[in-house]
Amino acid sequence: MQMPAAGLHPGRVNVLGSMSTIGALPLLALFAFGVALPLFGGGYWGVIATRACVYWVLVSGLNLVVGFAGQIAIGWVALLTLGAYTASVLVAGNAAPQLPAYLALAIAGVVGAVFGLIVGLPALRLRTFYFAITTLGFATIVTQVALAWQSVTGGGVGVAGPVFPPPFSSEWGFYYFCFGFAAICTWMTGNVAASRFGRALTAIRDAEVAAEASGISKPALLVTVFLFSGAVAGIAGGLFATLQSYITPDAFTLDLSVLFFIAILIGGRSSILGPLLGTILLTVLPEFAAPLVAWSTFLYAALLLVIVLAIPGGIAELLDFKNRRPLASDRAIVPRPELLPRLLGTPADAGALTLEQVALSFGGVHAIDGLDLEIRPSQVHGLIGPNGSGKTTTLNVISGYYAQHRGAVRLNGMALPVFARERRAHLRIARTFQTPRVVGSASVLQNVMIGGTIDGKGTFVESLLSLPRHRRDEAKLRDTAMLALTAVGLERLAAVRADRLQHSELRFIEIARALMLRPAYLLLDEPAAGLSGEEIKRLGTFLLAIAAAGTGVLVVEHHPDLIFDICHHVTVLNLGKKLAAGTPAEIRSHREVVNAYLGG
Amino acid sequence: MVQSIVLSGLAVGCIYALIGITYNVMFSASRVFSFTAGALGMLGGVLGALFIDRLGMPVALGFPLALLGGVALGIITELIAVRPVLKSLDQHLYVLSTLALALMLQQFTAIEWGTDARPFPRLFDLPRGGFDQQFWLPMLACAAVIVGLELLYRHTLIGRAFQAIAEDTYAARALGLPERSLRMASYALAGAIGALAGFAGGEMLLAFFGNAPLLTFYGFVPVALGGMGSNRGAVVAGLLLGLFQQAANFLVGGIFASVAVFTVFIIVLLARPEGLAGAALQRRV
Repeated sequence: MQMPAAGLHPGRVNVLGSMSTIGALPLLALFAFGVALPLFGGGYWGVIATRACVYWVLVSGLNLVVGFAGQIAIGWVALLTLGAYTASVLVAGNAAPQLPAYLALAIAGVVGAVFGLIVGLPALRLRTFYFAITTLGFATIVTQVALAWQSVTGGGVGVAGPVFPPPFSSEWGFYYFCFGFAAICTWMTGNVAASRFGRALTAIRDAEVAAEASGISKPALLVTVFLFSGAVAGIAGGLFATLQSYITPDAFTLDLSVLFFIAILIGGRSSILGPLLGTILLTVLPEFAAPLVAWSTFLYAALLLVIVLAIPGGIAELLDFKNRRPLASDRAIVPRPELLPRLLGTPADAGALTLEQVALSFGGVHAIDGLDLEIRPSQVHGLIGPNGSGKTTTLNVISGYYAQHRGAVRLNGMALPVFARERRAHLRIARTFQTPRVVGSASVLQNVMIGGTIDGKGTFVESLLSLPRHRRDEAKLRDTAMLALTAVGLERLAAVRADRLQHSELRFIEIARALMLRPAYLLLDEPAAGLSGEEIKRLGTFLLAIAAAGTGVLVVEHHPDLIFDICHHVTVLNLGKKLAAGTPAEIRSHREVVNAYLGG
Repeated sequence: MVQSIVLSGLAVGCIYALIGITYNVMFSASRVFSFTAGALGMLGGVLGALFIDRLGMPVALGFPLALLGGVALGIITELIAVRPVLKSLDQHLYVLSTLALALMLQQFTAIEWGTDARPFPRLFDLPRGGFDQQFWLPMLACAAVIVGLELLYRHTLIGRAFQAIAEDTYAARALGLPERSLRMASYALAGAIGALAGFAGGEMLLAFFGNAPLLTFYGFVPVALGGMGSNRGAVVAGLLLGLFQQAANFLVGGIFASVAVFTVFIIVLLARPEGLAGAALQRRV
């Protein structure tokens, strides 16, 4: 496993995504151990190992929901229940003609996918606690239905689990069957984790507004992930029923849900290996301490509390040695504007970005009051004004975070739909934020790659299976992101966790991420805040070079020096209205502006 | 039959409303929804049965002791599951820490008290039937809590301080209000209310560890539908929920009642995520 020291070999940076935070080697070792397991022991340990595999099939999918997308789904046992009953009932023939076990297992997967979507859909509108409680409610209801629907589920008496034909009928045969599923799930979720979909999920989790600005559609992505997660949970349910050989509603307590959920958090977010180790640990641990079995859920809960309070990063962060090495302290950001033409290409003329009589008020406060603005390609347009004059609000209207009450924002004459934030990225309108929004636990390079998400061609399924189009997407994204990072002068930090960087560096990460869109228009919200004088100068040169490549740049800024140095056109706002507009020279001598704002 | 549906519906509704108020009292002091709300209700019942039935205490002693147990748990919640994670409120760690604590309470009860639902003592030696004490006790408790909270919030200094914290924590702190102590007091109060809900509803719900997740869910429904932080909304929505659930119970069976409640809950939440009465606007950029 080659793992270069941070920034020494930018060209060789390992970007296997989250797999690389610990490396693929431990996964391979686990795989070899799993294959050879029957040589070591037998009997009871075989059952334990099979159970760990079945749990992992479910947890691997849930990991994308909880660990990557950050959705607090605590009732996932409901999907295990549904899968188990579907497979068992279909094989037993309680409700329909008897089906072969394999077909029943496949149908359990389909049922799981459908209900995964149903349980997951509220996450599109509800946040954290609300979503958690809906999954909890769903879990209690599924068990009640299983208990009550006696004609099909056998009620409290239960139903026999499906039996697979040889070679999977023997104990070790069934172990290998489950192990195969577990291995495939590891591989598939590992592929997704290292794909643009995995990065988009972490962006939704940690920097949702930045995800939207990068064109990532949260609904589409979450629906896909819920379908996948539900499908593997359903299959895990079918396997679980076979393993139990007989299922009753008692087998599906909330304790199991807690185990799945906690395995992921113990393992750590945005990791595959961590939750896998967590699952194995939680499955095996009670076997070593038989007197503690009754207390196991209590201990899991206590463990969860300790993890949340002491190491929110989980096992994965504990094992992340690479990011403990100190970074050089005298880092200077030296952008390379000469790389911009290669990065941005020659953008087609997108036409002017115009605001016509835009007005927006919050309560009684007129944040913007009938503003006209025209931003042209290849120009740097400065937007200045005192605090509360409506600068950032203007930017937020353009990028769709606020809906204007009156007026229109047009790109080349076409009105931009209000609130459609993700559409902005497709129209090549990129932006940065006043407070940098980055995924702290992801590497700098991964953060920049998020900016290019919409340029990928492959589908989620292609990423799951690591098909050629997915690999081409990834290679291209990585190269472009590396180029963007080199252009802003941060290539030495490509492999470093973003939350270890200085504020000024985060600003340049955001610019690099925005440049991944090859923007026709780039909107910057106070890009110079927190930068040193030297860095502001370099930023100015860099922004001029971006404009020279054909991009229209809108800069909201407080530093008059930067604005007057680089802008082709300056608009001064005061109390939501245009106070003055013109070239820097005209603004500098504008009496009202000098009085109201510049002083002197 | 209509009479028993209405009586049991209102009684159950009062329990849900009280759990909803438990959520609200904790929420307004800390902006945190705590999973321990349901566990507090469950413990009110278990502690009541423990003190009065098993240890043979008189009601006059067992009742305040059960409430004290709730107060202690409220304070523990604040100390170990809320205070340490408040700094990172945006990461929603509180969801996990309070969930962990709630599970620990539930499991501890399951092991030490047992996993069977045990009977709760009759508090007053009155004849059964009609407008029975198992129905009017929760209603009385709910009414007492509502009146008590109104008096507290409107007419006492500490109640106004609670409201100040709920309205704007930073401003309240700037005015010199002891935010930490007030938050702790709120959690203690919430603990007492949650335990009261379980104690007053003990005869209906029984002393059963499995009540914790049920109350956590059904107690949150009134909060979500009534608008977070709104006690009046919680009472109205809680009573409606109780009536709806009991009616569906009698008419179409318990399972479908649960499914119906869940479906209505999801649909209303999806249509109005801020609740039927509430309004939330958050600045994101």
